[in-house]
Amino acid sequence: MNKLIGNFIQSNARVLDLGCGDGSLLAFLKKNNQVRGLGLEIDHKKIQECLQKDVSVIDQDIDSGLSNFQDQSFDAVIMSQSIQALRKPEVALEEIIRIGKEAIISIPNFANWRCRLQLIFGGTMPISSALPHDWYSTPNIHLCSLKDFEKLCIDHGADILDRQLLSFDGEEQSFMKVAPNLLTEIALYRVKAKN
Amino acid sequence: MSNDSLGRVETKSFIHKDSFSLKSGKTLQGFEMVYQTYGELNEAKDNAILICHALSGNHHVAGLSEDDKKGWWDDMVGPNKAFDTNKYFIVGCNNLGGCHGSTGPNSINPENNIAFGSSFPMVTVEDWVKSQDLLRTHLGLPYWYAVVGGSLGGMQALQWSIDYPDLVKKIVVIAAAAKLSAQNIAFNEIARQAILADPNYNSEDKLPKTGLGLARMLGHITYLSDDAMRQKFGRDMKKGEVNFSYDVEFEVESYLRYQGESFSNRFDAHTYLLMTKVLDYFDPAESHEGDLAKTLKSVTAKTLLVAFSSDWRFSPERSRELANAFIEAEKDVSFLEIDSPHGHDAFLMPSETYDSAIETFLEKNE
Repeated sequence: MNKLIGNFIQSNARVLDLGCGDGSLLAFLKKNNQVRGLGLEIDHKKIQECLQKDVSVIDQDIDSGLSNFQDQSFDAVIMSQSIQALRKPEVALEEIIRIGKEAIISIPNFANWRCRLQLIFGGTMPISSALPHDWYSTPNIHLCSLKDFEKLCIDHGADILDRQLLSFDGEEQSFMKVAPNLLTEIALYRVKAKN
Repeated sequence: MSNDSLGRVETKSFIHKDSFSLKSGKTLQGFEMVYQTYGELNEAKDNAILICHALSGNHHVAGLSEDDKKGWWDDMVGPNKAFDTNKYFIVGCNNLGGCHGSTGPNSINPENNIAFGSSFPMVTVEDWVKSQDLLRTHLGLPYWYAVVGGSLGGMQALQWSIDYPDLVKKIVVIAAAAKLSAQNIAFNEIARQAILADPNYNSEDKLPKTGLGLARMLGHITYLSDDAMRQKFGRDMKKGEVNFSYDVEFEVESYLRYQGESFSNRFDAHTYLLMTKVLDYFDPAESHEGDLAKTLKSVTAKTLLVAFSSDWRFSPERSRELANAFIEAEKDVSFLEIDSPHGHDAFLMPSETYDSAIETFLEKNE
């Protein structure tokens, strides 16, 4: 997955990673794409790991807003599998394309066939590698499918430049093109604000 | 955290003989600056850290003084502590205008051979940083690996990164702000009025201890959080009941009076006045029409900003403003807001998150 994201990023780009976790993606991009990276994270243990990796990190909750970032001030804004955990994904998307000249967003696909089967035949909320939590303790409060996310982009002024269909482990799987919304496990999008 | 102590530490003195011009336009005919050092300077001379003190601090940062007093940051500076003296060569100095050995209001004015007192010229953070750079040269240091400080000390670290970008690799700015708010200046003004209104102010044989004590009492409240005070004192009474008088009745009154009194016995009122003015005047963005991001354009130091959740004297919001300016200037900055019930004073106290953030940030990762 890091490599796929890296393919979308120019060398020397200024990159903002929203919900950067332990900083491994930014560390990877720094090493391979020579990016100037900044991460946002609220978990202090993870912030510590970022500092260990020499990744710059700001203790800031995305849900509290991103108004402190200037328009088009980053070459790329990354949000890796966390938009579904935000209180207002639509506001976040608008902010992301305001701040970044481009945005790279990945989502776990809730309309994947395994999820559908669990719901239809199991009668329970789906649990999978990409969505490992019980319904009551999941941070993923705004799950969506590829179709849902693409509609969100249209409704909120984001142009989709690229889409990659991946398995849970971030491998590109060409067979998923047959029925993306059914087969894809994780989708990786490159988007930007409509002109 | 570690109980290792540096043991007895020695105070040294640096004498600058040439005249030293100040931002105010005034000049000092040379100065003396006292300092302490901990740990060893390595061969490459790339492990020196300057720790800048806050309003009432001094050069005695860690270890035991000759009269057995612990340094003000002894909990965090020493072998295997957050600022590890096994790795770093750490320097603490007493700033100009201070009252612990460096040239200040108690020093003799060479022009008339009497103590400066209230005639000591106003100093600024820029002046301090300039004088600290002379100390750096005196110590034979090519640059500071890091400059660090909390509160007013953090402002010096910030100023270092702006004024001498080539001479500092990292800065840690703790519980500070890019400038004081009106409320913050207002607190300082009351502190000053308490001293200036003391009948002993400028008296030849008495000290304005009442005023200085009052100033400290006020300051002290602003360094604690509401919760911390509630927990420490609540409404506890000295004698268990009210006695309808203005004597000390509540524990908190007794504590504050004690703090005020003991402070007034060890600190100089003129220095206190001066330090509050240094705080008020601090505004590095002034040089760029108030645009802090522009001011920070020259910075090359890696920056760590730390704030504490219950600090209302220098609230986390002020540190966030600073972080935003660093981001806007496209600088290498990290910011951490630590949960703490201890108010502004939290910057003096070690905690796991705080210590390891500093340790990790200081670690070399080339």
